[in-house]
Amino acid sequence: MEKKSLWKRITGSREALLALILILLFIIVTGFNSSFLTPSSLQQLIKNNAVTMVMALGMLCVMLVGGIDISIMSTLALSGMAIGMLLKYDYISGTIVPFIIAIAIGIVCGFLVGLVISRADVPPIIATMGFMYIYRAMGYLISNGGEWASASALGSFSDFATTKFLGLNCVIWIVIVCYVFFYWFMKWTRTGRKIYAVGSNPEAADVSGINVKNIKLLVFTIMGLLSGLGGALQVGIYASAMPNMQKGGEMDVIAACVIGGVSMSGGRGTVIGALLGSLILATIVKALPLVGIGSLAQNTFKGVLILVVVVVNIILQRISDRNALKGREM
Amino acid sequence: MKRKVISALLCVAMATTLLAGCGSSSSTSTSTEAEETEETEEAEEAEETEEAEETEATGSYAGQKIALVGKSAGNAFFEIAAATFVSTVEAEGGTVDLAYPEEATADAQIKVIDNLISQDYDAICLSANDTNALQAKLEEAMDAGIAVSSFDSAPNAESRQVFVNQAGTTAVAQALVDAVYDITDGAGQWAILSATSQASNQNAWIEAMEEIIANDDTYADLELVEIAYGDDEAQKSTDQTEALLQNYPDLEVICAPTTVGIAAAAKYLQDNGSSCKLTGLGLPSEMEAYTGDGDDYSCPYFYLWDMEGLGSLSAYATMALVNGEITGALGETFTAGDLGEFTITEADDGGTEIVLGLPLEFTPENVSEYAELY
Repeated sequence: MEKKSLWKRITGSREALLALILILLFIIVTGFNSSFLTPSSLQQLIKNNAVTMVMALGMLCVMLVGGIDISIMSTLALSGMAIGMLLKYDYISGTIVPFIIAIAIGIVCGFLVGLVISRADVPPIIATMGFMYIYRAMGYLISNGGEWASASALGSFSDFATTKFLGLNCVIWIVIVCYVFFYWFMKWTRTGRKIYAVGSNPEAADVSGINVKNIKLLVFTIMGLLSGLGGALQVGIYASAMPNMQKGGEMDVIAACVIGGVSMSGGRGTVIGALLGSLILATIVKALPLVGIGSLAQNTFKGVLILVVVVVNIILQRISDRNALKGREM
Repeated sequence: MKRKVISALLCVAMATTLLAGCGSSSSTSTSTEAEETEETEEAEEAEETEEAEETEATGSYAGQKIALVGKSAGNAFFEIAAATFVSTVEAEGGTVDLAYPEEATADAQIKVIDNLISQDYDAICLSANDTNALQAKLEEAMDAGIAVSSFDSAPNAESRQVFVNQAGTTAVAQALVDAVYDITDGAGQWAILSATSQASNQNAWIEAMEEIIANDDTYADLELVEIAYGDDEAQKSTDQTEALLQNYPDLEVICAPTTVGIAAAAKYLQDNGSSCKLTGLGLPSEMEAYTGDGDDYSCPYFYLWDMEGLGSLSAYATMALVNGEITGALGETFTAGDLGEFTITEADDGGTEIVLGLPLEFTPENVSEYAELY
C-alpha cells in the first residue's frame, strides 16, 4: 500500500494520463507515416496551431471561473484585420508596433465583454454571442467590406513567422513564453490563485474578501489580450489578413481545454492540461490526413477522437476521486 | 420652444415637397425637348454618315441610358467589372447610373428596380441577389420596354433576356489541367486542394478536370493522387498541404481552385522551399508575393476571372439588346468592340447566356499590375 503502483500514479494525475495519450498518439501516427516525428514536422505542428494554443490559456482562465467565451475569434479577426489594414495603407510598419496595436485592441474588446458579464450579470454565452457578431462585423467594416491584406501588403511584418531564434521558430518562442508565464501566473501569484478560488466556490471567495466581479472582468480581459495576440500571430503566420479568418475556431480552443481536463463548471484545470489538450487536438487534426483517412470523414474522426479522449479522462478522474475517498475512510 | 421647432420643420417639409413636385414636372418638359433635339441630331447624323462611315458603327450605341444594379455596395469584385462597364458604355456615348440596394437581399433590390422602372431607363443590367424572387419585378421592367441583362449572378431564365457568364466550367478546368500538364512537363503526381467538399462550383471544376484527363491520352501520365479539402481556412489548408507533401514525396504540382487555399499553400510551399509547385485560381494581390519563376517562388502562374473583360462584354451585350441587334434568343451573334464576336448559347438553367471565354492568366510579369485591382 505504501508504494503507489505506476498505474495508480498515472490515474492519480490527469496530466500524466494526458501525456500518456499524447505519446500513444505520436507512436500510432509515426507507425503510419514515419515523416510525422521529425523536428521540422513537429515545429510545423506547433506553428500551425500556435493561435489555438495561445488562446487556450485565456479560455482556461475563463472556464476556471465557470464562464465561456465564443467571441474570441471575432476579436482575433478584428485586431488582425486592423493591423492588416494599417500595414496595407502604410500607417505602421515593422513587427513590434503591429503586435502592440493588436494586443491593445484585444484588451479593449475583452474588457468590454468582461464589463457586460461582470457588471450587468449577463450569462457569458449570451454576452459573448452578442460580441461575436459585433466584433466580426466590425472586422468586415474596417476591411472596406471584405478586402484582404495580403503578403505583399504586410511588408516585413510577417517575417518573424519565418525567422528562427536559437534554432526554434519565433512563433514557437512566443508560445513557450506564454505558457511559462501563465504557469507561473496561475500557480504562484495571488491573482492566479484567486481565479481558482472564484471558480471552485464563488460565494466562499466573495466571503473571504475576493472581489469576484473584478476577477471575472480580469479573466475576460486576459482572454481579449490573448485574442489580440492571436490576431497578430494569425496574420503573421499565414501572411494574410481577411475578415473571416478563424471563423468557428473558438470551438477548437474550447475543445483543447476540455480535452486538457478543464471543467466546464469551473474551478478545475491547469496550464499543463491546456498545453497537453491543445497538443492532442493539434496532433489529431494533423494526423488524420497523414494516416490516410479521406477528407470527407476527417471531421467525423476528429469529433469521435475528442469524445473518446474526454470520456477516458473523465472515467480515470472518477477512479482517482474514488481512490482519494478510500484514502479518507482509512 | 419645441413647438416652434416642429412647426419650422413642417414648413420646411412642405416647401420641399412643393419644390420636388415642380422639379419633376420641369424634368418631363426638358425630356420632351431632348427628344426633339435627338430627332434633329439623327437627321444631322444621317448626313454625316456619308462623310465618315466608321463613326456610324460606334455611334449606334450613343445616347443610351443604362442602369447597373449591384448586389450591395462594397463588393470589390463587382466594382472592378462595374468600372469597365461604365467606361465601355461612356466610350460609346451612353450613360450609366450605378444603383446599389441598401443590403444584399432580394427585397432591397426589388425596391431599387422599382425605382428604376419609373425613370425610363433603356436597360437594366444586374447582379441578382436571388434567383427567383426578382422575376415579377424584372418582367414588369421588360414589359415596359426596358432591356434586362445580367452578369456575375443570374436571375432565373424568365427574368432576363441574356446572362453574361465569366467562363464556362470546362474552360476553367481545361486551363487548370493544361497548367498542371505544363508545370509537370507532362508527367508526374499532382493533387487538388479544394475548399469544402460541398462547394458546388469547386466540385464542378474538379469533375470537369477529371473528365478531361480521363478522355484525353495527352494527360495519361498525370497522376491525380488526392483531392484534399482545406475548408477555405488558412490553418486547415496548411495542414492539408503539409500532409500531401508528407504522403507523396514525389508530388510535383498542387492545383488549388480556391483563393484561400491557394494562398495558404503558396505560403507553406515557399517558406519550406519545397520543389512542389502550385497553380489554381487566386487573387493577384494575395498571390503577388508567391508568383515568380525559379525555385524561390512557389507559383509560376495562376488564373482568375477576367472581371474587367466581363464588365466590358456585359456593357456591349446590354447596348446590343437596347439597340435591337440581339434579343437574347439562342444562336444570335453580335460584335462586342475589341473583344470580338460572340454567340448566344444555352445556359444551364434553360435561359440563354454569353460566355466570355477563358479565365485570365496571371504571370510573374503581370501579377503586380493586377494586384492593385483585385
